[in-house]
Amino acid sequence: MRVRVRGAGVAGLSCAVELAERGATVEIVERAPALAGAGCSWFAGGMLAPWCELESSAPLIARLGEEGIAWWRRRFPGTAQRGTLVIAHGRDTGELLQFARRTERYQTLGAEALAALEPDLAGRFGKALYFASEAHLDPRAALGALLAHALELGVSVRFGADADEAPLAGRELLDCTGLAARRTLAELRGVRGEMLLVRAPDVALSRPVRVLHPRLPVYVVPRGAQEYLIGATMIESDAAQRISARSMLELLSAAYALHPAFGEAEILESGVGLRPAFPDNLPRLRRVGGALYVNGLYRHGFLLAPALAQRAALALLEGQHFAEVMDENPRQRRLA
Amino acid sequence: MLELYGTALASRLLLGTARYPSPAVLSDAIRAARAEVVTVSLRREGAGERAGQGFWSLIRALGVRVLPNTAGCHSVKEAVTTAHMAREIFATPWVKLEVIGEDDTLQPDVFGLSEAARILCAEGFEVFPYTTEDLVVAERLIAAGCRVLMPWGSPIGSGRGLSNLFGLSALRAHFPEVALIVDAGLGVPSHAAQAMELGFDAVLVNTAVAQATDPVAMAGAFAQAVEAGRAARLAGPIEPRDFAAPSTPVVGQAFLR
Repeated sequence: MRVRVRGAGVAGLSCAVELAERGATVEIVERAPALAGAGCSWFAGGMLAPWCELESSAPLIARLGEEGIAWWRRRFPGTAQRGTLVIAHGRDTGELLQFARRTERYQTLGAEALAALEPDLAGRFGKALYFASEAHLDPRAALGALLAHALELGVSVRFGADADEAPLAGRELLDCTGLAARRTLAELRGVRGEMLLVRAPDVALSRPVRVLHPRLPVYVVPRGAQEYLIGATMIESDAAQRISARSMLELLSAAYALHPAFGEAEILESGVGLRPAFPDNLPRLRRVGGALYVNGLYRHGFLLAPALAQRAALALLEGQHFAEVMDENPRQRRLA
Repeated sequence: MLELYGTALASRLLLGTARYPSPAVLSDAIRAARAEVVTVSLRREGAGERAGQGFWSLIRALGVRVLPNTAGCHSVKEAVTTAHMAREIFATPWVKLEVIGEDDTLQPDVFGLSEAARILCAEGFEVFPYTTEDLVVAERLIAAGCRVLMPWGSPIGSGRGLSNLFGLSALRAHFPEVALIVDAGLGVPSHAAQAMELGFDAVLVNTAVAQATDPVAMAGAFAQAVEAGRAARLAGPIEPRDFAAPSTPVVGQAFLR
């Protein structure tokens, strides 16, 4: 089977790899001139945290996400499975209790156990939740590795190309264009996320840390080479303009409150991505016209892309049906 | 029926739309609450004009009345500008006016609030000011042209319920003709029932529903509590007393020995 994949974000690349590994002849067509401009994947946090996500997501996200961790570990050696730490400042400890009530597969750490895991947090927090089986990766390195793997498998990739121009010539069409697919998938909306990339030589953290706060929850993800990603805002908006002063203040204040040495960090980059989401914030594989759309990955792009890519490949190549991501009745899907 | 600026409403439960797990859960919660009015925050939901189209069109599709708010505004100017934007985007003269004075408690800046209310009422807005239970501030807001007041129960999102029962009762007693809606701080349905029993006309809830483990079920629970509290108010509660009062008369009881 010959397949054209539209979009070279994490969904498109994962799908291309899954299809090519199963023997399909795959071409990727990406509107942007390089990986760096291909949708919101470039600005992702890169946390593979299915059980933390249960805090505000349906159980389906955790189930699909668990598959994602194993997939990334097999395909991208940079995947670090060092767990996630969740902490709250003294007066927000109620948030920690609420987080614990809604999530699973964590252990509660006291100050000493926390200090043993992350010495830089010693004496700063008395209590933490530790999700030991969660993982993280550098999304940009992971996208590069996927692209390289796809090329090895014989996938052809055209950047800076408009998918609509060339005739399909008998190819199946798999659309992974995120928010750009809104022309066809009218109920998609953008959820704006803003992030900062900093270099903080005086901070040593080896795993993602989530700081709970009633209004401004943030996470800090180590990227290696003393770099950290600080993210991310969640704003119901599809404006792609650059980060707002308010958001930058909030992200930096939260990082500074986590560790004062973030005050000396060099700000390397700020970024904005528009996460594509359906009204129930759950992902879908949907056939429209002759095309299969993989969309609605919301803030779970790297977490969910592997499970969705496997299902999309089996749906295309073998006609399989996956109720949990293909049925439209939201209640069925939530229970699936 | 509840009347807010000439609009008659059957439901006395208003719902905020922030912090739900998803817009789909929000829609289900609004239906379960049988809410007819929802508040929408303009500042956070749109990082620019016309930016939040996706989210707003979902809310419009619910067929409920939108009460835009100026959440997160810290000055009169900011709040007035946001109100203008809201009027344009939602095509409504209604605005829930918030001018925040203190970041830890999100306590209203009542001085800025009265000033902003005066400006907006003069411009033809129908203002729902988020205020404290202070009687003098309430006087000022009514003098500015407000016909609805939204006193807090306790700080926004705190879930502590009605922390100044005496103050809220006094407010109700002083302004029997003004529509009073308890806004902010309710945590559980009994808090809402209590506000209605005190004679408040309606309550507004956001965090307690949105952040509940099952927001839709919690929305339904609040709807029942509001109805129960309202019915109890109309039914005329008894006065509490210091000693027991037997509900069965003692005199005339037969002695069985």
